[in-house]
Amino acid sequence: MSNYITIAIENLHVFIEEKFAEGFSYLLDITAIDYSEYIEAQEEEFAIVYIIRHKDFKQILVIKSYLAALEVQSITDIFSGADWLEREVYDQYGIKFKGHKNLRRVLNHCAFVGHPLRKSYPITKGQLSLCVDDLQDEMNNRLLGKSVVCKLEDGSFSDCSKDLMFLNLGPSHPASHGTIRTYLALDGETIEAAVIEIGYLHRGFEKSCENHTYNQIIPYTDRLNYCSAISNNIAFAKTVEDMLGVTLHPRGQAIRVLLLELSRIEDHLVCLAAILVDMGAMTNYWYMYNPRETIYELLSKLTGARLTNSYMRIGGMTNDLHEEFESDLNNALLKVKEGVDETLSLIKHNRIFHDRTQNIGIITPKDAINASLTGPNLRASGVAYDMRKDSPYYGYENYEFDVAVGSVGDVYDRIMVRFEEIKQSTSIINQVMKTMPEGEINVKDASIVLPNKEAVYTTIEGVMNQFKLTYEGVKVPAGEYYGSIEATNGELGFFIVSDGSGTPYKVKVKAPSFTAISAYADMIEGFQLADAVLTLGSLNIIAGEMDR
Amino acid sequence: MGLAEPGLPLDTAIVTKLEEAIGWARESSLWPMIFGTACCAIEFMSVAASKYDISRFGAEVVRFSPRQADLLIVAGTVTYKQGPILKQIYDQMSEPKWVISMGACASSGGFYDNYSTMQGIDKIIPVDLYVGGCPPRPEALLDALLTLQADVKTNKYNPDRHKDFKGLLDNV
Ligand code: SF4
Repeated sequence: MSNYITIAIENLHVFIEEKFAEGFSYLLDITAIDYSEYIEAQEEEFAIVYIIRHKDFKQILVIKSYLAALEVQSITDIFSGADWLEREVYDQYGIKFKGHKNLRRVLNHCAFVGHPLRKSYPITKGQLSLCVDDLQDEMNNRLLGKSVVCKLEDGSFSDCSKDLMFLNLGPSHPASHGTIRTYLALDGETIEAAVIEIGYLHRGFEKSCENHTYNQIIPYTDRLNYCSAISNNIAFAKTVEDMLGVTLHPRGQAIRVLLLELSRIEDHLVCLAAILVDMGAMTNYWYMYNPRETIYELLSKLTGARLTNSYMRIGGMTNDLHEEFESDLNNALLKVKEGVDETLSLIKHNRIFHDRTQNIGIITPKDAINASLTGPNLRASGVAYDMRKDSPYYGYENYEFDVAVGSVGDVYDRIMVRFEEIKQSTSIINQVMKTMPEGEINVKDASIVLPNKEAVYTTIEGVMNQFKLTYEGVKVPAGEYYGSIEATNGELGFFIVSDGSGTPYKVKVKAPSFTAISAYADMIEGFQLADAVLTLGSLNIIAGEMDR
Repeated sequence: MGLAEPGLPLDTAIVTKLEEAIGWARESSLWPMIFGTACCAIEFMSVAASKYDISRFGAEVVRFSPRQADLLIVAGTVTYKQGPILKQIYDQMSEPKWVISMGACASSGGFYDNYSTMQGIDKIIPVDLYVGGCPPRPEALLDALLTLQADVKTNKYNPDRHKDFKGLLDNV
């Protein structure tokens, strides 16, 4: 249940504080809107938007304030998760946050001039990066907080009181799972302070949405969390369908549930395979990765692609399940089970595994919520929040499954929660297959779904319909909307502003990996260097989704 | 009769050109360094896993240190922010070295025609082979590897071939 309100900017901070006290204590996203090219003039050219969930995990509050001046009071004093979200708004829109302690770019490079998500910034205007940010001042500020350095009168920093070694882990490092830079201050093997730099895979998804039609965006969504492409397709398509006010036929819904759960399995497999390799447990990589190949084969048959499936469309999907789908699926699930069982038999009672993962990289439930962790990472800290239970969609309430939660919030819990989720997802898939309804996979609406090929080739209406939909896109009623699902990494949401045309006016992704990485530095400080690698792996950071 | 001819008695002496002997030795001992940034890197994982198994072709010693590698495989989108890093890695590799650009993004920017994405890595470093696809199937990458090996074997690659290459990040 979402509630949209507009608040005068001078009351904004107090209002958010009050709402926080009322229980709206789980920050989902912060973004801005540049209305300068919107169909009708708004109060001001820019507005800031906060999306906050209630701690009952059911209600959502979307708060908007128009900005006369491009400056807003920071809410980092209320939510620690706001830190990076505000930095992103600053980076992309040039809106400043008063009271933010480290307001610097987060996605674009340090030499970048301008703010790309402003309408005045041309989509294709690239800027070369010649420099690399040395991050030393940010590091000094972190060390200052731990009293390892002091600030001198002239504003510079004193020498370290400890004999620290500074080390860059990444950006190109085998254990960084993509390109992420972790800059560390080490005392021996112990991490005294950490500074994280991301944005290396910032490939302008949100800006690119602004010159593509809704269906053209589907392939881009594949490449957000590319380890489970279909789940992103579904999150996006569902949000747009909600804006259109259409609901899929039960068969379409059931297929989506099935593929969402298959994506979850697929995603967890690669996350677990990779983290075990990071630990030196190479054998498990083969056990866990090979079942993924079986899933690829199944998806190739179903969608034509192994990895980037682009299977969903606004209003449904490209085609129905293929003939041998059920036997292919059963075969894949069997392989998954074998792989999981074999891996668990190697690690479950393995002393090395326990020592490397237990009580490492801990985050408490309170901190996890305040930092806006989500999905398996949040559940591992013992918070039983799962959208499939708390705000079910597509008939999730009819399937029986358990929400896996951890008790400590360490690397071990994050791994084990994922193992358990693979089992639960398998069970959901089996239930879906047993109850799969007959019927249509697409909504019956010529203004949303392309006509069938026969109509296109034989009737003038069909040709016109195909032409208009392809060129102009699905017309979505003007408005602002936030929609989300429980994707593989947690709550994956889209905040879409439509101006009534076939191309979104603005799209913002609420990306689970982005908030997870913003909590990472705090999680590894005090632990050892080798623990940082495992903590990163256990958060399942997917660069495509984090950097967008 | 080639160097790789099976069934030759062990005490056979072979006379060949030094160049050919070197090409033959290099062919199956390429050490790739993966500059994996995005979705294509996940497909590289498949290439390395049991089903496609790159080790069948003598290129499985994946290094993450450019100093120990002679084949750079760029798998994934390269943004402007990554440009200097990729260039540094390329520069750190010692000769002889080869570059495979895996996927549409690395080859041309792919469908990311926007402010943050480099429109192909050949804007900053020279590329020897391009592999199409988004992502390329594992077979396509293996095919590129085999093509490269065939050329490496015959020393088709002139060490001076990139002498005149000037990328966006050279001498700026
Ligand atoms: S070519 Fe396609 S699959 Fe490869 S990195 Fe680019 S978007 Fe991803």
